[in-house]
Amino acid sequence: MGKIEWAMWANEQALAAGLILLTGGIVGVSGQFRGWQFAAYAIAAGVFVCALEYPRSKRAKGTSVSRPGQHCLTMCVKAFGPLTRNYYVRAFLHAGICIPGGFMLATVLGCVCLGIASLIYLGAAVRGEHWEPILPRKDVRKPVGESIKNPPQNPPPRPPPEMRRKNINDLEGAAYDNPFSTTADEY
Amino acid sequence: MGNWIVNNGFTAFMLVIWMGINIFLFVWFYFFYDLGDQFFYTRHLLGSALAWARAPAAVLNFNCLLILLPVCRNLMSLIRGTFVCCSRTMRKQLDKNLSFHKLAAYMIGLMTAVHMIAHLLNVEWYNNSRQGAYDKLSTALSNLDDTDNTTYLNPIRTTDLIPTYFVFTTIAGLTGVIITLALILIITSSMEVIRRSYFEVFWYTHHLFIIFFAGLVFHGAGYELDFSLTMLTWMWVIGPMILYIFERLLRLIRYMQTVQYRKVRLLPCFFFCSPLNRCIVMRPSKVLELQLVKAGFKMEVGQYVFLNCPSISQLEWHPFTMTSAPEEDFFSVHIRSAGDWTDKLIDIMQKLPEGAQGPKMGVDGPFGTASEDVFDYEVSMLVGAGIGITPFASILKSIWYKFKNSNPKLRTRKIYFYWLCRETHAFEWFADLLQVLEREMEERGLGDFLTYKLFLTGWDQSHVDHVKVHFDENTDVVTRLKQKTHYGRPIWEKEFEQVRKENPTSVVGTFLCGPEALAKVLAKKCAKFSDVDPRKTKFYFNKENF
Repeated sequence: MGKIEWAMWANEQALAAGLILLTGGIVGVSGQFRGWQFAAYAIAAGVFVCALEYPRSKRAKGTSVSRPGQHCLTMCVKAFGPLTRNYYVRAFLHAGICIPGGFMLATVLGCVCLGIASLIYLGAAVRGEHWEPILPRKDVRKPVGESIKNPPQNPPPRPPPEMRRKNINDLEGAAYDNPFSTTADEY
Repeated sequence: MGNWIVNNGFTAFMLVIWMGINIFLFVWFYFFYDLGDQFFYTRHLLGSALAWARAPAAVLNFNCLLILLPVCRNLMSLIRGTFVCCSRTMRKQLDKNLSFHKLAAYMIGLMTAVHMIAHLLNVEWYNNSRQGAYDKLSTALSNLDDTDNTTYLNPIRTTDLIPTYFVFTTIAGLTGVIITLALILIITSSMEVIRRSYFEVFWYTHHLFIIFFAGLVFHGAGYELDFSLTMLTWMWVIGPMILYIFERLLRLIRYMQTVQYRKVRLLPCFFFCSPLNRCIVMRPSKVLELQLVKAGFKMEVGQYVFLNCPSISQLEWHPFTMTSAPEEDFFSVHIRSAGDWTDKLIDIMQKLPEGAQGPKMGVDGPFGTASEDVFDYEVSMLVGAGIGITPFASILKSIWYKFKNSNPKLRTRKIYFYWLCRETHAFEWFADLLQVLEREMEERGLGDFLTYKLFLTGWDQSHVDHVKVHFDENTDVVTRLKQKTHYGRPIWEKEFEQVRKENPTSVVGTFLCGPEALAKVLAKKCAKFSDVDPRKTKFYFNKENF
């Protein structure tokens, strides 16, 4: 289990928790439940958690798969620097956010899920993981090979002149096929 | 359109049936609770939220029943075996067992959400009724108690509690929260990112399904409302739960059977560096070949086994395709370094003294996948990408043996083999196999039985230079085979066109072991080049996956 990046799972869990908080909050507010103020809070908290967790972190090892359309949020999250980079901050932040959700039935599930995500983030932070933005790679075109710019200075090596000269005794070998039909100049 | 029907029609049909049953259950139970007279007063308290909670519950029962079945792989194997005489189409459906498991899981997730929201409303309205917040009738109904001639209607019996307290102090409520939590953890750890890269997290968290099913049985045990419900939850899920327990017991029994090591080989690999110094460097390889013997073990081509090594991990079983042919008296696997477990195994084997037995190994299987069908087709196209050529090692070896023994079971007349890989140095063992086959085929004058093409997709300038220098040689520079290596990816249009031209009236089976993207391409080409006319060429696509 040495190479597991727990933050990746914590991220999925926190995103799910954000959605559950949001849903619970919407139900609480639209049903005008007792304690609907907690539900209203849960809507705001859910949106915030979703926005924070949507941009996936770059993996320490291996290729990272970014979520569709996450670039914009990546920039926002990146702007907060060490606050969002550090997973200890995230762990305690989520722990704090989830507490008011526990006061109302509609949001209690979101609260527990976010609490679990917070614990996993704590584990990830203890193991030294941190959040890295996934930035689009600038594709560097491979420079055109040098040989095109520097044509050869010398002619290709040829066998010595003795070999090149055609042997008068071997007319067959000396002949070659002319690609065009030729006629001798006759006039 | 016709091609799509030929290749996917049956799957679509099964999905329509499944969805149809889901819709039927939902609608039937919705109207049962929304229109039934016995719930008239309950509906006064809860409105249609009652029906909205009960309908998804029925769909949940059905899908929780179904979800355990596709992962009983021994059961799947048994069913596949039973269909050996029946149509090829039925067996193809069983290839898609994991997809169906996921589909059932999505439905369970969706229905859980609906069910939970409806119950949130229910509890809130029950509580409000109890506290007299609504009309007089509601209050009166809520006041009804469990006496000699009445039973209570509102499960909330006191006027001074909050919904959260009520939920956590009833069996149904508490189990509901626990199993929903288990479900959420299972789902988040099953996301593709986690599953592909951190398999252990996925695998161990998935075992929370035990809590899920135990809690589900208590949750659906029925309390205040189900006087006339004919089927409780446990009746739905008890069958699959028993089947799954048998499945796990079978794996345990298989694991206990002794497995002997016949041979352990760490394969060296050859890696040529630059064309100038033509050096051959032996690199410590990351490929381990294990030849094992187990009493009563019978396999077919292209099947896979699950291996478990308790000295590495007690609970983990990992699948490996067998690379030996059924005609041999042992079975072998080639294990490539691909993660924690495989690395540790290779490490242990490296430290093993010569000729010693390896660590205790549990073997479950063999399990059949699509490659068993390869000899049923007159013409087969085998496509292996990278490590995916492994099942085809078994097939090609089996062909070799069947040819030597002139086995009449071989219906295949022609095989086209496509091997795609970035670099060959991890697959020297496979190149050796092809060399042997090449020689054998030529000796018997059967050069055109097997047509194979190798595609090196990770070529660069040094490869090109090397090829140019050795252009005239008879054998290929990379693999030392007679067939020259192609560079770059295959142009599938051309390949399929060639196969169709050379086999105008045959049924062609296309088998792939490789990445999803390639599967999509091949499936499309199969559909495109298939003819609905049964007299002409028809391509069937089979994909292996783990």
